[in-house]
Amino acid sequence: MFIRVHLWLTKMLGSGLIQGLAVTAKNLVGSFHDPLRFTTLEYPEQQPKLPENYRNFPFLVTENAGDPMGTLRCVACQICEKECPPQCIYIEKSKDKKPDATGRMQIYPAVFDIDTSVCMSCQICVEVCPFDAIKMDQVFEIATTDRFSALLLRREQLAKPNEYYHSIHPTEATEVDARLAAERKVAEEKAKAAAAAKATAPKPAANAAVAGLAEAGRPGPATPATKPIPAPTPPQPASSNPAQPPAAPSAEAENSPPAAA
Amino acid sequence: MSDQFPEPSFGVEHDSSGGSSLVTGHSSLELPGGSHVTAVHDPFHGDLLEVSMGPHHPSTHGVFRMMVTLDGETIVKLKPVFGYLHRNHEKLGENTTYLSSMPYTDRLDYLNSMTNNWAYALAVEKLAGQPVPERAEYLRVILAELTRLLNHTCLAGFLLQDTGASGTPLMYAFREREKILDLFESLSGSRMMCNYQRFGGCRVDATPEWLAAATQLTDGYNEFLDEYEALITGNEILMARTQDVGVLKPDLAVSAGITGPMLRASGVNYDLRKVDGYGIYPRFEFRIPLGDHGDTYDRYMIRVLEMRESIKILRQALRAIPAGPILDPKAKIRGFRPKPGEAYGRIEGPKGEIGFYLISDGSPNPYRYRVRPPSFINLTILEDMCLGQTIADAVIILGSVDIVLGEVDR
Repeated sequence: MFIRVHLWLTKMLGSGLIQGLAVTAKNLVGSFHDPLRFTTLEYPEQQPKLPENYRNFPFLVTENAGDPMGTLRCVACQICEKECPPQCIYIEKSKDKKPDATGRMQIYPAVFDIDTSVCMSCQICVEVCPFDAIKMDQVFEIATTDRFSALLLRREQLAKPNEYYHSIHPTEATEVDARLAAERKVAEEKAKAAAAAKATAPKPAANAAVAGLAEAGRPGPATPATKPIPAPTPPQPASSNPAQPPAAPSAEAENSPPAAA
Repeated sequence: MSDQFPEPSFGVEHDSSGGSSLVTGHSSLELPGGSHVTAVHDPFHGDLLEVSMGPHHPSTHGVFRMMVTLDGETIVKLKPVFGYLHRNHEKLGENTTYLSSMPYTDRLDYLNSMTNNWAYALAVEKLAGQPVPERAEYLRVILAELTRLLNHTCLAGFLLQDTGASGTPLMYAFREREKILDLFESLSGSRMMCNYQRFGGCRVDATPEWLAAATQLTDGYNEFLDEYEALITGNEILMARTQDVGVLKPDLAVSAGITGPMLRASGVNYDLRKVDGYGIYPRFEFRIPLGDHGDTYDRYMIRVLEMRESIKILRQALRAIPAGPILDPKAKIRGFRPKPGEAYGRIEGPKGEIGFYLISDGSPNPYRYRVRPPSFINLTILEDMCLGQTIADAVIILGSVDIVLGEVDR
C-alpha cells in the first residue's frame, strides 16, 4: 500500500522537476566515464561480442573440410523438415548412397534448402536432429538486394566444417564430438561382439554393449532421453578394421552393408 | 454556417429536427463525476468530431486504432479497432505439434517471451502429467521475475513517452532493459524470441557465471529504480497528468475480468502467484502491492512496487537455486503425444493472467489450442476509463493498460 495524495500541491512546486533534472545531469556526466551508463556500440566499426549461445539460422555440419559434400552428417531423414514450425526446410533424398565420415554407406540429401526469409531461428531443427547434423549459426549480416534466391540457402552454402562449429560454439561442439565418438566406439564394439558371436555361439555380449550405449547418452542439457542412437553397424566380417579413422572412407567400407537411417 | 457548407459526415448521426441534437445511443451520457455531456448542434458549439487515432500512430503501441468521438476535447465515445496483426496463432497451434507451438508463443507478447513459454509449458505439463525438476523450477521463477522487471521497466518508459517526455526516461528504461535482454541472450541464444522452456524443464542450463551476472543485475536494480523514481515519481507534471485520470472502479474491473497490475491498482488483491501458488512460488516471501484509487498514477506506482517485490523474489531464488538436472529424464522432445484430455495452465504474467487451454485427442497436435491473453482482456475496459477524459488522456490511459498488439490480435 502507498499513500497517494496530491503531493504536488503540498510540497514546494517544482522541487520534483529539479530533482529529475539532477538525475538527467548525473546521467549526462556519467555517460562520459561510467560504462554502466554508456552502453551503446559504434556498430559497423565496433563488432558486438556475441555470447556463445547466440543463434541465428541453421547450417549443416560436415566432417571433412576438404570434401564438404561427401561428408555431411545429414542422412536426409527429413525429421527437421517435418518438425520445422514455419516449414522452411526442403529436403530431397538421394537415390544412391555415399560413404559418410565413418565410411558407412549412407543416403545423403540431394537437395537441402533453407529459406532464410521464412526461418525464425527457433532451433527446433537442431533439437530434433538425431545425428547432430544441423546446428545453429551466428551470422546476422545477411542483408541483400535480392530477396528471393539470395535468401534461399542451398546445400552448398549451408555446409560448413566441424571446425567452424567449434569456433562459434566451443563448449557445445566439444560435447557433441565426445558423444559422437562414444557412440561410434560402442557401435564398433557391438559390431565386434556380434562378429564374435557369429563366429562362435551366441553370447550376451551384445546386451552389455547396449547397456554401454545407454550410458553414453547425451550428457548435455538438451538431453532427450529418447534420442535415438544411430543404427549400430550390422555384423561385419571380422576382417573390417574397427580402428578406422573417421574421415577416411576406404574400400573395405564399400563392402560393409549400409545402415538403415 | 450550415447554409454555406455541406454538413460534414463524421459517422455521427444528428437529430435533424433542429434544436439541441444528440449523439445516437448517448442521448443522456453521464460521465464519471456526475457531469453530463450534451452534444449540441449550433454554429457556436460545433459538432461532435470523430477522430481516427491509428492504426499507425506513435501513441497506440503498435497497429491499434481508436475511433474517438469528441465533444470539443472530451471523449464521449471510444471504439477500439484491432486485428491488424492477426496471425492465426490459435489455428496454427492446432496444426503443428506441441513442441512447434513453443516458438510461436514467443511472438504473442514479444516483450515477455519467457512467461509465455512458461504458461504454455505448464499447460502441456498438466495435460501430460509431466513433472519438472527442482532446478528448472528455480530457473523458471528467476526468468519470470526478470521478465517482470523488463516489462514494467518498459512500461514506465513508454508511459513517460506518452505524456510527452519524449526520449530521456524511455532511453534510461531501455538501457536497463537491454541488460536483462543480454542475460536472456547469453542463456537462450536470442534476446526476445527465447524459446527456452520445454515440457518438463528448460532447454539450456545456466552456468555459474550466468547466475553471478543475474545476481549482479538484481543487486544493482534497486539503485536504478531509486534513480528512476527520483526522475519521475515526484514529478509535478506527471502527477498532474496522471492522478485521477482513467479511474477504474474495483467492481467494474472484477466484472470485466481484468487481471494483473491493472486489477491490483484498483485495490483488488488477486495475484495468481499467491492464489494458485504455481511452480515454487509459495516458497518465496513477497508481498502484493495494492492501489487505492485505480487511476493512471496508481497503475504506474503498482508496477514500480511490483518490481521491488520481484527483486526480493530474485534474491531468494538466486540464493537457493539447487544443482541438478534441468530436464526431466522422461520428457519427450520428439514424438510427444499426450493422452486424451484437457488442461488449462495459467500463470501470473507481467500483464496479467496468461493462460493456455489445450484439448488433446491423443494425436501429436492439440485438438484445441486457446490462449487467454491478458492484454486483450484488459483492453476491453478502455472505453469505460476514457469517457469524460480528454484525448490527450486517452493516450496515457492506453499506455497504462500495457498492451502488446502481438498478444491482442494473436
